[in-house]
Amino acid sequence: MNALEIQQLSFQYGARQALDDISFALPEGSFCGLLGPNGAGKTTLFALLTRLLSSRQGQIRIFGQSLEDNPGQALQSMGMVFQQSTLDLDLSIEQNLSYHAALHGLSRAQSRDSIEQQLQRFSIAERRHERVRQLNQGHRRRVEFARALLHRPRLLLLDEATVGLDVETRHMINQHVRELCHDQGVTVLWSSHLVDDIHDDDPILLLQQGRLLAQGPCAPVVAQHDCASLHELMLKVSPRAACA
Amino acid sequence: MRLAAYLHAFNGILYRELYRFLQQRSRLLSALVRPLLWLVVFAAGFRAALGISIIPPYETYITYEVYITPGLLGVILLFNGMQSSLSMVVDREMGSMRVLLTSPLPRPFLLFSKLMAIAVISAIQAYVFLVVAWFFDVHPPAIGYLTLLPAMVLSALMLAAIGLFISSLVRQLENFAGVMNFVVFPMFFLSSALYPLWKMQEANEWLYWVCSINPFTYAVELMRFALYQQWNGLALAVVLGSTLGFTLAAIAGYNPRSGLLGRKQGPA
Repeated sequence: MNALEIQQLSFQYGARQALDDISFALPEGSFCGLLGPNGAGKTTLFALLTRLLSSRQGQIRIFGQSLEDNPGQALQSMGMVFQQSTLDLDLSIEQNLSYHAALHGLSRAQSRDSIEQQLQRFSIAERRHERVRQLNQGHRRRVEFARALLHRPRLLLLDEATVGLDVETRHMINQHVRELCHDQGVTVLWSSHLVDDIHDDDPILLLQQGRLLAQGPCAPVVAQHDCASLHELMLKVSPRAACA
Repeated sequence: MRLAAYLHAFNGILYRELYRFLQQRSRLLSALVRPLLWLVVFAAGFRAALGISIIPPYETYITYEVYITPGLLGVILLFNGMQSSLSMVVDREMGSMRVLLTSPLPRPFLLFSKLMAIAVISAIQAYVFLVVAWFFDVHPPAIGYLTLLPAMVLSALMLAAIGLFISSLVRQLENFAGVMNFVVFPMFFLSSALYPLWKMQEANEWLYWVCSINPFTYAVELMRFALYQQWNGLALAVVLGSTLGFTLAAIAGYNPRSGLLGRKQGPA
């Protein structure tokens, strides 16, 4: 079964076409990098997947369920780390996690167990009572990852989730995400413009100005575009290069 | 989703609002200072100028302080409703609104839970004000404090729904402050909060009609009557209808398909 299936999806902000006829599918348990320069439409795609936006053009299916017809079921199976921090700075780490758990309908006991597990996983258990405002960028990101996994999602959406983090935290998060994918069968769609996050054999989707330019394993896609590396390909599809 | 899941979500939203309220001690203080200034300073000055005749629900002559108390309760609810909506705009700008909007529970339920949480906080502030007002010779019947509760919660819901609706239309925090000036003060001054409508009619027929179509007038009257264990059917109907109308409008405003959010610039 496909974890995520998108068919002919388009979206406009007023007159500006943000996404244009996007179609792709992610098999259950797969890892996929969503690449593209700023303004390519990655964040808009995530907003559509999480129902922050809605489009009349195209279909989104999550584990076979139409997002439009069954948003509750679709969102229940989805975890999300947004590009912009979405934590409540005035609440503690634990309170932020409890709030998210409550919004996903977890009972107090379920919530307690899951929070404990995620706090340990991301090594933030000893700081659980600290306000998020007091945390550095790296720890805030860890909290966001912990929160995204609280309700045990089967599909994890990561929107530029490692931007601004130090090498060690990025490595730790990268490792955790790949473990989730391989060991627990969680499907991951990882949007990034940090090419280090993507390995040569990872499947990628390449967006440019709202269009799906290429899809497939990273190395062949790079080769198809006559580039020596993913970094070179990203430079090639950047808006400045497109204009030149 | 099971019923228990809805209950957990409601508790979570209520807890978060209460916790944030209790963390902001100055919020309670400022919520009390505003109406207390009206009660102590404004009322003392206007007591002599504005004679209040015997009008329902009062059965005897009352002091001006007693008259404006329901109006000042309304002010507390109005300001808290708008302040909470302001916090929703802030949440949206800061991104934390997304956590609420991406919950698997139906969005109308989540927004209604948010409104209920705002109403509970408004009611707490209003009761604290009533306790303080008691020391300034505002002594409604003891049972009135109880009969006031449903009227107050309903009025708070209506005002929070108006705020929520406005927050769904406003994209930037700077714009919200401007909008509030055109909403809060006209709603307050063009109502029966400070003067009875018949006095307004004597002064200016046109202003009287504006006051008569202001839903805040009916929220104040609903609470005024409830405080003296009486019903005001018209006020109840208008407040109920306005609550429903503005709640539906707010839900539509936050609907990704029909709402204005995200259409112009980007996702909420």
